Amino acid sequence: MDFPILTFLTFLPILGMVIIMAMRKEQVTAIKSLTLVITGIQVLLAIILLANYDSSLGGVYEQASFQFVEKFRWIDIDNFSWIGKIKVDYFLGVDGISVPLVLLTTIVTFVAAISSWTISSSIKGYFSLFLLLDTGMMGVFVSLDFFLFFIFWELMLLPMYFLIGIWGGPRREYAAIKFFLYTLLGSIFLLIVMIGLYFSTQETIDGTKTFTFNLLAMMNADNFTSDGILSPLNPNNLRMIAYIALFAGFAIKIPMFPFHTWLPDAHVEAPTPISVILAGILLKMGTYAILRISFPVFPEITKQLVWYIALFGMVNIIYGAFCAMAQRDFKKLIAYSSVSHMGYVLLGMAALNTMGISGAIFQMFNHGIITSALFIIVGVIYDRTHTRMLDDFGGLGVKMPVYTGFVTVAFFAAIGLPGLNGFISEAFVFLGAFGVSLIRLITVISTLGILLGAGYMLWTLQRVYLGKLNEKWADLKDLDLREYAMFVPLSIIMIFFGVYPAPMLNLMNSSVNTMVQFLDEVRVFYTSLGSF
Amino acid sequence: MNLEHIISDLVFVKPELAISVTLVLIVLVDLIFKEHKKVLPYISILGLLFTTIFVIEQFDISGHAFKTSAGAGLVTVDNFGSFFKIIVLFASFVVIFFSINSSEIELVKDRHGEYYTLLFGMILGMFMMSSSADLIVLYLSIELLSLSSYILVGMLKDTIRNSEASLKYVIYGGVSSGIMLFGISLIYGITGSTNLYDINTIIQGQNFPFLIFLLSGLFVLVGLGFKISAAPFHFWTPDVYEGAPIPITAYLSVASKAAGFVVLIRFVKITFIDGVDEHGNWQLLSIIDWQSIIILLSILTMTLGNFAALWQDNLKRMLAYSTIAHAGYMLLGLAVMSEEGIMAIMVYFIAYALMNLGAFLVVMIVANKIGSEEIDDYKGLGKSMPFLGILLAIFLVSLIGVPPTAGFIAKVMLFISLVDANLITLAIIALLNTVVSLYYYIRVLKNLYLIKVEEEKPDIPVSFANGILLVILAAPILIFGIYFTPIINFAKESATILGF
Repeated sequence: MDFPILTFLTFLPILGMVIIMAMRKEQVTAIKSLTLVITGIQVLLAIILLANYDSSLGGVYEQASFQFVEKFRWIDIDNFSWIGKIKVDYFLGVDGISVPLVLLTTIVTFVAAISSWTISSSIKGYFSLFLLLDTGMMGVFVSLDFFLFFIFWELMLLPMYFLIGIWGGPRREYAAIKFFLYTLLGSIFLLIVMIGLYFSTQETIDGTKTFTFNLLAMMNADNFTSDGILSPLNPNNLRMIAYIALFAGFAIKIPMFPFHTWLPDAHVEAPTPISVILAGILLKMGTYAILRISFPVFPEITKQLVWYIALFGMVNIIYGAFCAMAQRDFKKLIAYSSVSHMGYVLLGMAALNTMGISGAIFQMFNHGIITSALFIIVGVIYDRTHTRMLDDFGGLGVKMPVYTGFVTVAFFAAIGLPGLNGFISEAFVFLGAFGVSLIRLITVISTLGILLGAGYMLWTLQRVYLGKLNEKWADLKDLDLREYAMFVPLSIIMIFFGVYPAPMLNLMNSSVNTMVQFLDEVRVFYTSLGSF
Repeated sequence: MNLEHIISDLVFVKPELAISVTLVLIVLVDLIFKEHKKVLPYISILGLLFTTIFVIEQFDISGHAFKTSAGAGLVTVDNFGSFFKIIVLFASFVVIFFSINSSEIELVKDRHGEYYTLLFGMILGMFMMSSSADLIVLYLSIELLSLSSYILVGMLKDTIRNSEASLKYVIYGGVSSGIMLFGISLIYGITGSTNLYDINTIIQGQNFPFLIFLLSGLFVLVGLGFKISAAPFHFWTPDVYEGAPIPITAYLSVASKAAGFVVLIRFVKITFIDGVDEHGNWQLLSIIDWQSIIILLSILTMTLGNFAALWQDNLKRMLAYSTIAHAGYMLLGLAVMSEEGIMAIMVYFIAYALMNLGAFLVVMIVANKIGSEEIDDYKGLGKSMPFLGILLAIFLVSLIGVPPTAGFIAKVMLFISLVDANLITLAIIALLNTVVSLYYYIRVLKNLYLIKVEEEKPDIPVSFANGILLVILAAPILIFGIYFTPIINFAKESATILGF
């Protein structure tokens, strides 16, 4: 396909940002509308992408079966007498693992743009940063070159810092710097492993062997140098340490216990649309990156550590659920429920079989949709009452019946009620993980998470929406048109994929199969190298 | 060395001659046209333009000049030196534009003649440092630089802080150059030569007393460490940077540091290596373990710089510690002991010059208006200086080393060279340092944007000229952050030192 759709998807927001910077401060509606239009176009582009996507192609490790590939030489430095050449590619492409997340990113960003309508101070700055953030997120999901990936990965930090720090709640400064420090710490692990891999992989470009940042080349065992520190051919390699460092870098983003402490702070302080983006998209980057980079580049170590990944998944599920149960702040409760739900993703990935990984990817998508809805739910009552304390409410269902209807759908989807999308992905995760005898016990314990999840969700439902109406809120108004515009699409998606998950599963099926097969085959090869 | 040779060798020092001529011209104009001091900066710029042309002409030409023996002379011209001359020139241009707009320099209107004369004294010193291959010339040029800068630091003699800074600088500077001179005399005593190339030949052949050689090497390192403000020779830096007029602080932090690095690299490389293999790794003579020394020095410097910067409340002082930290990062490139490491230092210097000068320029514009450099006084200024605020953000983010900025590329090149040399622990220490540095840089941005204040803050206008200058500094940071082929190519062309 000739139209560079991925570039447009990624850089359209930057274009919007430039236009907004050129606009006057007073053109508030114009700035907001422009953002909405741009994120809307992104949704359309994602739908066009899906329509033209051939779900029979696998991707994962070979460039030929990636789709919408754009590859240009970006940095090209020749004639190095000492280290050869430096070449970096501008290399974009999608496969069944990234397509669901590209779709998710566009939907969640669009909803967040609607939700941003209530932002009232420094409009210009807010929407410029919002769009910059959008570019960073999209870039992460479509880039196939490690260097490019890293740049997009880091590009999100600053906008996020400012978005939490300027438009956030009372403790915003603390939350923003904590987020920044944690994620920067994560990225330095990423950077060092990236450089290590660079010196361990040589791709053949124009007939000569050249060090490369190409992720797909890093997955190809023929490309390893004999003495690279992260090359399995080198008997003294540091692949295990590198894997753990890389995993820690990604785990901070997920956030995986014990790196999760930034999340509740960031969520509680961030304005609603930013919470939506944070939980809906940013958290998925960690798990996506593990699937995209850690698994296929280090298949043999993945297999060795799979039990620990599952264990951490279990800890996330149980610990997150218990924490959620103990919260009195509605938003913090949702934040901890995210920790719990991301645990399912880890558990599913650790199964290393088609069912588990499909479940994990599907869970990323579903959790993105559900948690966005949950944060908007909190935002809606916070806008009206300026409190988030669960005990301050009661019986809101009487005053806001439609709102409570949407709440019920989202809550039940989060619990994993059959007929809603959360059920499908959680079921896949558990079925996949249960099939692996190594992590069967962990899986069994993890199922407690469902019970706990139902516990805190239903309890919340009861405390806030059912029971006797708290007289303080006697004159609350039900949803307005803007809020409908956010809830309706999200609820439709929840119900649609709950009833008919096949399209999403078909979308990722062949890539997941390819991934599972690839991990299996390649692992045997690596193990045969004898270094383990 | 006869007269004919000397005259024919003058071609090699054309840039230095141009500087000297400009220096004399400034003195004369100052004396003759007493009332027209406004013309002085423009004469300076004209002189710098000519110098730039000569330096560019000299690029890709290399050779020894003023030969004292068969193979070597007092001065060497090579791309390595020319590269740093270009950095110095760039910083000089920017600083002269700074000075035109600085309200501090405006205070000493009657001494503008001395100001620009001494500035050219510094430039001449740094140029000679960039190309000296002889310990005597090296020492003299360092002294020329130092003496000029002592006075420039104390230019505003009416403020106490300023005089204190100058006095501290003189005392520390005097002691360290004394120690350095002692080191030089020891080297001469052992080898019987002051020429770096000759010393190299001499020590390759024989066994010398280890201890004395180590001592003399360390003594020279004291002098050079003082110039690049490496810990533990950095004590002057915060006080001097805080007390000096901002243009001079900016100049010291970039140009003077660049000149210090040239000399350090040249001294270590020419004197103490056996050769360079085809991968660009230096074959170090076993006489002094420079690698361990530099590694220690760099860890100490960056850690101390970063941690001390955390506690600073004065922005100039904070930037002073940050320049110490950056000197530590750059020393990493030398610690690698390879051409790749040197190239990384050079890339780093391009980024460093842009971001550091830019940050100081913003500090100056703000100080001109609100009369303070305290970080707390920046609270809520984000609204009253939207343009300056964004640019300051770009400079600081680049100093942290977050993409897409030139500062990130510079750090990546450094880490690439470290990993290539298997110095992974060192790379991790440096990366952890980067995380620490985030905290104090972001604190400025936090005060600018995150903290909301009740009182009205005055608008801080930016003159058109300053605006252009800021854009000239900020645009390359972003451009090189995304497309860095040109800077790497430039550094690569310049990384080779004559003779090896």
